Amino acid sequence: MAAFISPALILFVLFVLVPVLFAAYTAFFRWNGLGGFPTDFVGLENFQTMLQDKVFLADLWRILLITILSIAVQLPMAFGLAMLLHQNFPGRTAFRLLFFVPYILTEAVTAVLFRLIFSPRRGFADAVLAGFGIDGIGWLSDKNIVIFVIFGILTWKFFGFHMILYLAGRQSIPEELYEAAKVDGATGKQLFRHITLPLMGPTLRITVFLSVIGTVQLFDLVYVLTKGGPFHASETLAITMYEQGFVRNQIGYASALSIAMFLLSLVFALIYQRYVLGRDLQGALTSSDGGRS
Amino acid sequence: MSVNTARAKLLRNTGFYIAAFLGTVFVATPILFALLGGFKDNQQLRESALGLPNPWHVGNYLDVLADGTFWRQLFNSVFIALVTTFIVVAAAAAVAYVFARFQFRGREGLFTLFAAGMMFPFTVAVLPLFIILRTFEMLNSPLGVILPQAAFGLPLTIIILRSFFRQIPGEVEEAATIDGAGPWRFFLQILLPMSRPVIATVSVLALVGSWNSYLLPLVVLSKPTWQTLPLGVTQFQGEYATETAKVLAFVMLAMLPALIFYAFAERQLISGLTSGGTKG
Repeated sequence: MAAFISPALILFVLFVLVPVLFAAYTAFFRWNGLGGFPTDFVGLENFQTMLQDKVFLADLWRILLITILSIAVQLPMAFGLAMLLHQNFPGRTAFRLLFFVPYILTEAVTAVLFRLIFSPRRGFADAVLAGFGIDGIGWLSDKNIVIFVIFGILTWKFFGFHMILYLAGRQSIPEELYEAAKVDGATGKQLFRHITLPLMGPTLRITVFLSVIGTVQLFDLVYVLTKGGPFHASETLAITMYEQGFVRNQIGYASALSIAMFLLSLVFALIYQRYVLGRDLQGALTSSDGGRS
Repeated sequence: MSVNTARAKLLRNTGFYIAAFLGTVFVATPILFALLGGFKDNQQLRESALGLPNPWHVGNYLDVLADGTFWRQLFNSVFIALVTTFIVVAAAAAVAYVFARFQFRGREGLFTLFAAGMMFPFTVAVLPLFIILRTFEMLNSPLGVILPQAAFGLPLTIIILRSFFRQIPGEVEEAATIDGAGPWRFFLQILLPMSRPVIATVSVLALVGSWNSYLLPLVVLSKPTWQTLPLGVTQFQGEYATETAKVLAFVMLAMLPALIFYAFAERQLISGLTSGGTKG
């Protein structure tokens, strides 16, 4: 039996547990990453620095902003298209397949494409605007709009994923419910309000969850697009961590940032599970059973 | 069908097509820009960014294909993805088999340990991982990417496989044991073949995850020898900053393997990728 367990256990301990524990340990030291182990213990200093770090605080604000925009724009758009593609009309399979395409593309490669589209040197987006007689915009170089351009790209990349989840959720609602309600004289609006929406609740709640967790950990797309610039205007928590750790060699501070990222995901997951998902998961994140059997 | 319902249906369908058409424009425009842009030269790109190529240049695509870099990075990406997938699926299947079909003290505790791995985003560990890999002298080696990727893929893979293995009736195992099959033979010759659909699902997840991986290769593979396509595309853009058309051709070619895979295995790909969402 040990032969069945040990490969996975060794891999997991060496490359997951040890690094995560090491990050938690290093977060309490000032360390440039050289010389075996960190020795300069500084207690909570890194965490105190973090709470006064304008970039870190702005990272948190951007997580909130993207979350709000996703819930207000991206998820409703995905939901609307899912409801549309649930209807029976010729060609709907082709649309469903097409809308999922952005999700299968590599984030880093997508980012290169959008860098060219939003290029300041007469990029494609500027050419489209010129067609309407509008001057070019500093899509990725204007610190006031870059985050919204990135949100647009995130929507392009991820709405298809949420759409597929909504479609699956909608398809799992038995048609008999609708037929019975129609017999009782329910209108289309009532069907949506009293059958579709409540029965899609679990799917809606899980997509919000996935969207938030994805936002907290965002790196590839934004890093390749802007490296977090201009002037940190599009920086994410993971980019701040990367810059501090790999560029400035502030390993201790970068570890503290990564721990903050972990705690943010964990606290959000626990609170969301406790108060929002509730019955949906029945303890998926805490019980040993994983709620998945 | 009366004239009225026919008209209502026509109206309804028209509405669908307008919405679906808008969605299509939104999704397809960037990809068409890359595809067509790759067939233009740089002057055409500047002067008619929106139009069709005139004349069509295949030179950008041919240049990228004739350069060994693209093929080497493609090979590296495929190699790293396949080995990662093999390792994570094999290791996870073995331990999931034990979790699903053996009783022993500490089993649930051990499973919880693995499942808790779901809570750790890879980004949290990348810095210490880099230091560990540097200590083991695994930087610039494909194993430096493969092993951490496989390790971080374990939790979800184990969770999905365990719940599938549990559903296989105990009678199957009893019959196999009566026929003299030990745990190894049961695992390799009965359980795994019976689990083909779920093995396909978790393999797709691992393959796609590795294929798309960027942060880990970025920190581990600083030398070009083992660099993968996502790294290659970003670097190519840095090198050919002024030759947009060529970069677009490279981007399009780098997207092509995923698009082809999707065309042939869309069902497995969609169910695999969304199972991570619904199960996670």
